[in-house]
Amino acid sequence: MSRRKQSALWRVVGTWRGGLSLAVLLAIALAAIFAPWVAPYPYDIQNLSATNRAPSIAHWLGTDEFGRDVLSRIIYGARTSLTVALTAIFGSVTLGMCLGAAAGYFGGLFDRIVTAIVDLTWSFPEVLIALIFVAILGAGLYSTMIAISIAYLAQFARLTRAQIMAIKSETYVEAAANLGSGHFHILFRHLLPNAITPVIVAGMLATGDAIILEATLGFFGLGVQPPKPSWGAMMSSGSAQIFLAPWTILGPGLAIAIAVVSLNLFGDALIDALDIRNRVRDI
Amino acid sequence: MLNYSIKRVLLLVPIFLAVSVVIFMIIHLVPGDPIDNLIQIGSSPEQKAALVARYGLDQPLLVQYGVWLGKLSGGDLGDAMILRRPVSELIGENLPHSLRLGGLAFLFSTIVGIATGALAAVFKDRWIDRAVMALILLGSTLPSFWLGLLMILLFAVQLEWFPVSGARTWTALVLPVLTIGLHGVALVARVTRAAMLDIGRRDFVLMLHAKGLSHRRIQLQHVLRHALLPVVTILSLRIGWIVGGAVTIEFVFARPGLGSLLITSLAQRDYPVVQGCLLMLAVAVMLGTLLGDLVQASMDPRVREHLR
Repeated sequence: MSRRKQSALWRVVGTWRGGLSLAVLLAIALAAIFAPWVAPYPYDIQNLSATNRAPSIAHWLGTDEFGRDVLSRIIYGARTSLTVALTAIFGSVTLGMCLGAAAGYFGGLFDRIVTAIVDLTWSFPEVLIALIFVAILGAGLYSTMIAISIAYLAQFARLTRAQIMAIKSETYVEAAANLGSGHFHILFRHLLPNAITPVIVAGMLATGDAIILEATLGFFGLGVQPPKPSWGAMMSSGSAQIFLAPWTILGPGLAIAIAVVSLNLFGDALIDALDIRNRVRDI
Repeated sequence: MLNYSIKRVLLLVPIFLAVSVVIFMIIHLVPGDPIDNLIQIGSSPEQKAALVARYGLDQPLLVQYGVWLGKLSGGDLGDAMILRRPVSELIGENLPHSLRLGGLAFLFSTIVGIATGALAAVFKDRWIDRAVMALILLGSTLPSFWLGLLMILLFAVQLEWFPVSGARTWTALVLPVLTIGLHGVALVARVTRAAMLDIGRRDFVLMLHAKGLSHRRIQLQHVLRHALLPVVTILSLRIGWIVGGAVTIEFVFARPGLGSLLITSLAQRDYPVVQGCLLMLAVAVMLGTLLGDLVQASMDPRVREHLR
């Protein structure tokens, strides 16, 4: 990481938006990693004599229809939601970057094919793309990850391609080619390092969207299967008894909202600090 | 323009074929034999073979696709396995509900989005602007289905102003439209505000100020009009998002519609219905994007140059 980028990171932590959102994100990540020590109860212990209890001192966010502690399930659910979102976006960024970079650099027929596929998926809502692939792969943890990856692929391929196109005719690239560097060398040593920052930041912003998409699929009952907790699945069972126990949907929803808003604030602060707003904004 | 329109419509053919191949493949890529979902436990191999022959599953894949596409062009989407009715009939019943919800939500987000975005730009850095920016952040980050559940809790359960679910009366549309609309409003307002601030820095605006026109009049009569082009662009690009939003929200409010039908059939593994719904939703997105492109091309000649 260059010194300029390092100092940008420090500037982000210095602002109240950046510092606060990073603190919240770290707290959520730590709670998820150390869930067995942080959570007051195990996620699957049922207590049928204390079902649908309102929030109290013993159960800060109440209990669900099986008497399980909602707060504990949210903390364990963070593991599922964050793992799925991060893995999916990591896969999506990696593959999208390779496709976009190759298309932008080599051009020609390959570029036309990639662009056609990207333009096609671009016009489709992510939920619809994810649902098509869940239909093919069946419900469950891994198919949710794959479906979310595919849903965001176009975004990163498109963004990387635009970055590469913008810098591939710079003098230093030409110089490298004249010095006898191969395509592989030019792509990975000269082009990608200069194109990667906006893609990483866009990936961070998309992680928030991926958390929501994972929760949406879980809410449809197509994500992680019970008894494993996930934020979306918790709201799915909670919505069946919205009259009896509204706290079973308030808690997980609040968790999603806090995580996603923090991710967006942090990403936004990073965009300002790196001064790359017009490079990331790829509407 | 006519030239562009013809080319743009012809472009739909390869796109439709590509999408239809993916959707056709669903039934063949799902784990397990599709026929296993159909036969009763304990049926003989002969019964199974008869069923395979009846659904044409013993033919080569390309032949099956051709037969499927041929039936499709005649409006035959096959029969639902669980509901045991023609899929086209089910879609015909549900489609109007989705169109009504999506159309109203689109209208709502366009009008309210442009109005709030313009308001924020006119009162930049004042409290109105801050409030609109906070609304934009919430509208674009909160999960829409959670927002829907909160609306149900507040306006349907606590205040009892609107029905909780269903689609029997017009009032049942209010909460779903608001829920989908908030996302759209956030998007449109953000683009409107950014475009107006951008246009506001141009020389001709300085000139209008020099002429002595009032700030508000310049913003609303001159700046807003020029800022509408990027707004139309974003609306035409994201027209499919209305369909996507409707899928989730229909399910939350238990409204009839393509989205609810798709999700219940996915859970029941009723693949002919899943295929039909996905196909209809994809066609809706494609037609929406077509409409958006045509509107954009009629406003901006540079777009027409693009497809040559």
